[in-house]
Amino acid sequence: MRYPAQVFGITVSGPSRMSFCHTADRLRTGLMAFLLLILAACGQPAQVEIRALNRAIGPEPETLDPQLARTTQSHTVLRDLFEGLLTYSPDGKLVAGAAERWTVSDDGLTYSFWLRPEARWSNGETVVAQDFVYSFRRLVDPKTTAFYAETLVNVRNAAAIIAGDRPTESLGVTATDRFQLTIRLRQPTAYFASLLAQAATYPVNEKSVTALGETFARPGNLVSNGAYKLARWELGLIIALDRNEHYWNNAGTAIDTVRYHVTPVPSAELFRYRAGELDISSTVPTEAFAQMRAERPEELRVATFLSTYYYGFNLNHEELGSNPKLRQALSMAVDREALTEKVIGRGEQPAYSWVPPGVDNYEARQLSYAQMSAAEREATAKRLYAEAGYNEANPLHIELRYNTSETHQRIALAVQSMWRDVLGFDAVLINEEFKVLVANMRAMEITQIFRSSWNGDYNDAYAFLSIFESDNPSNMFGYRSEEYDSLLQRAAIQPNAERRRLYLEEAERVLLADHAVMPLYYYVSKHLVRSGIRGWQDNVLDYHYSQHLSFDPAR
Amino acid sequence: MQQRGALRFALTRLLSAMPTLFLIIVLAFMMMHAAPGGPFDEERAMPPETAANIARAYHLDEPLPQQFMRYFGALVQGDLGPSYRYPGYSVAELISGAMFLSLTLGALAMLCALVVGIAAGVVAALRKHTLIDRLVTGLAMMGISVPLFVIVPIFVLVFAVNLGWLPASWSGTDSRIRYLLPVIALALPQIAYVARLTRGSMIEIMNSDFIRTARAQGLDTLTIVRRHALRPALLPLLSYLGPAIAAVLTGSVVVEQILGIPGLGQLFVRGALNRDYTLVLGIVIFYATLVIALNLIVDIVYGFLDPRIRNR
Repeated sequence: MRYPAQVFGITVSGPSRMSFCHTADRLRTGLMAFLLLILAACGQPAQVEIRALNRAIGPEPETLDPQLARTTQSHTVLRDLFEGLLTYSPDGKLVAGAAERWTVSDDGLTYSFWLRPEARWSNGETVVAQDFVYSFRRLVDPKTTAFYAETLVNVRNAAAIIAGDRPTESLGVTATDRFQLTIRLRQPTAYFASLLAQAATYPVNEKSVTALGETFARPGNLVSNGAYKLARWELGLIIALDRNEHYWNNAGTAIDTVRYHVTPVPSAELFRYRAGELDISSTVPTEAFAQMRAERPEELRVATFLSTYYYGFNLNHEELGSNPKLRQALSMAVDREALTEKVIGRGEQPAYSWVPPGVDNYEARQLSYAQMSAAEREATAKRLYAEAGYNEANPLHIELRYNTSETHQRIALAVQSMWRDVLGFDAVLINEEFKVLVANMRAMEITQIFRSSWNGDYNDAYAFLSIFESDNPSNMFGYRSEEYDSLLQRAAIQPNAERRRLYLEEAERVLLADHAVMPLYYYVSKHLVRSGIRGWQDNVLDYHYSQHLSFDPAR
Repeated sequence: MQQRGALRFALTRLLSAMPTLFLIIVLAFMMMHAAPGGPFDEERAMPPETAANIARAYHLDEPLPQQFMRYFGALVQGDLGPSYRYPGYSVAELISGAMFLSLTLGALAMLCALVVGIAAGVVAALRKHTLIDRLVTGLAMMGISVPLFVIVPIFVLVFAVNLGWLPASWSGTDSRIRYLLPVIALALPQIAYVARLTRGSMIEIMNSDFIRTARAQGLDTLTIVRRHALRPALLPLLSYLGPAIAAVLTGSVVVEQILGIPGLGQLFVRGALNRDYTLVLGIVIFYATLVIALNLIVDIVYGFLDPRIRNR
């Protein structure tokens, strides 16, 4: 008894070994009971529901208030809920929406719209011209704090209203009749009509906004005029829409219920698609693209998209700003074909212009070396790099900033090695969180070369070219060119579409000749769309209204 | 006398938690505002007039100390402020909407971890150095070292995509089976810790004098474990509960992101990425209060169980 080990040994090997088995048995029984308990809790089978369209949305939309919405995710849902004066057809053409027809005066300054008398809000009320007057005033009202207030900046007095210098009532938008709306502009704006299909210019119901204040856009409150109405919004999870029976073209809507699932992590979204929980994905992650192309070729939809992926130069940086030859050498040393085919490989097209293809009424200018062979390009890049005063003994020291993402990292590493191979210097790669990078880009103090992308809010070259204007707040390049500014200003006031186009094209030529930016590739939109879904058409805007989709009855 | 002592102990701990909480609020506030980029910065820059309108509306144009005073003033009145990211929603509303789910998942995971972990630990201790013991220790080591962002996607791939047994996400089904994956994922690392802790202290206790005495009296192992060994062996677990709850909360950030669960963890990540100052601060305050409160409870319970601590 004094020898514990012995005692212990005896008990374990002796009769109580049996009782230990009891212990194990009991523990096992307890465990089983516990698991059964969990299973019992889980036991209820899922209810069989009417077939709903399950769409992935990406990160969660921040609001369903059309005037406050800022992100593409919000805009996607709003396109189903609301309808602007104009809207888009499944193939991305601008067509009549809440207005059945419209005219533009010869000087391009006055737009007249005739609303559909049969258009209704989801509460059954008639949609009238005054609704649009109210909503447009709300958009430019400083009190609304709308991110996209500038959408209407070319409407008469809008700029002064946004700046707080004039009352909202002075906005150049008037209801000349119950169903007739007149908009007066301060200068011709070729793309103005397309702005009236944007979420920021969707109408909101005045009575509901006035009565409910900022909670008007919530489930149970939101009154909308589109093909769908808001059924519920479980934050962080799902936004569910039901058919709006009062919609003027309700007969044209095939699917009764649409559910937008919040999918912040692309790889997790793909799992959900593959598990059958989603009908349409919001994207396809780079690392899984090849696999999806092999396994589900008929479900993979890749299409040109109005967006350019680029590396920008901060021209305030001394070496970059003072040395166009260096910028050209850096740009030429990048093998864009290798980048798009080998590094990313999702059908992206190499970019040799700033404005992407697919923009209406526009022929993008090309970088001077677009047609050169790879060997020619490398040789010229080397020569320019040397002429700019750099060589092996005196290599360039430069930082390349990009925001955290696997794709951006792969591209940055590839570009870094191309620069090393062709020009013989090592760029310093700096990886920053998105908001940090944006803040740095905007400050233009520590950035040198930075990654970013630009997508057009509307289908017009001006949507791309405007950010290089000297005073544009999105000009994060420090690019200042009088010639460029004056070309864009002349284009801006030019009512003749053909002449305007020439000004814009010339402006792009100037921009590219200055090597103020390195376009790398044009984005593509990437979705997985289950083959039982009809009506999906690829388009450059990547807009896919649920009202245009239907289920194949055979499936 | 003893009760008054306990009360005083609880009150002292409660009061000493206040400065901690305040410090956390100040630090979180400063860190949020020190991070570059604001809640309204996107790739597309706003015209200065619009930017000024927004800054004014959210008081972002005021100096930081003034913003802090404004925030703190509202906070002591119980107002966590409006969310910057979700217009029309208050922070309190967002947190209370997400809180229940996260706490339920956390509690279930802790329960699961305690039941399975203690059982596994006891078995391993009693069959020290056998195959079962090595298995439990090995699995526990794996549970501790393999991160959740590796385990969860593998689970989803196997059980949801390939086998189709479980939903791949929270919105994949309305059935309660959706609790299974997140609870197991959250519980796994904790099961591992609990099992190791239990095993260690169980072995120690089983070697102690009073157990030897019990054995000498001819009691069988089951009775010894149940009557004498288990309770003292579990005492170290109690002090582990505080850190465990904190770990489950941190783990939920990962699990909720991957499984698309609309809980506090997901809200926190989005809030931080979006620079939703008030939302992040609100969640930090909530988490801090929760952890402090739970630790306090553990301390008090511990104090009751072990008077030496209370009197220190």
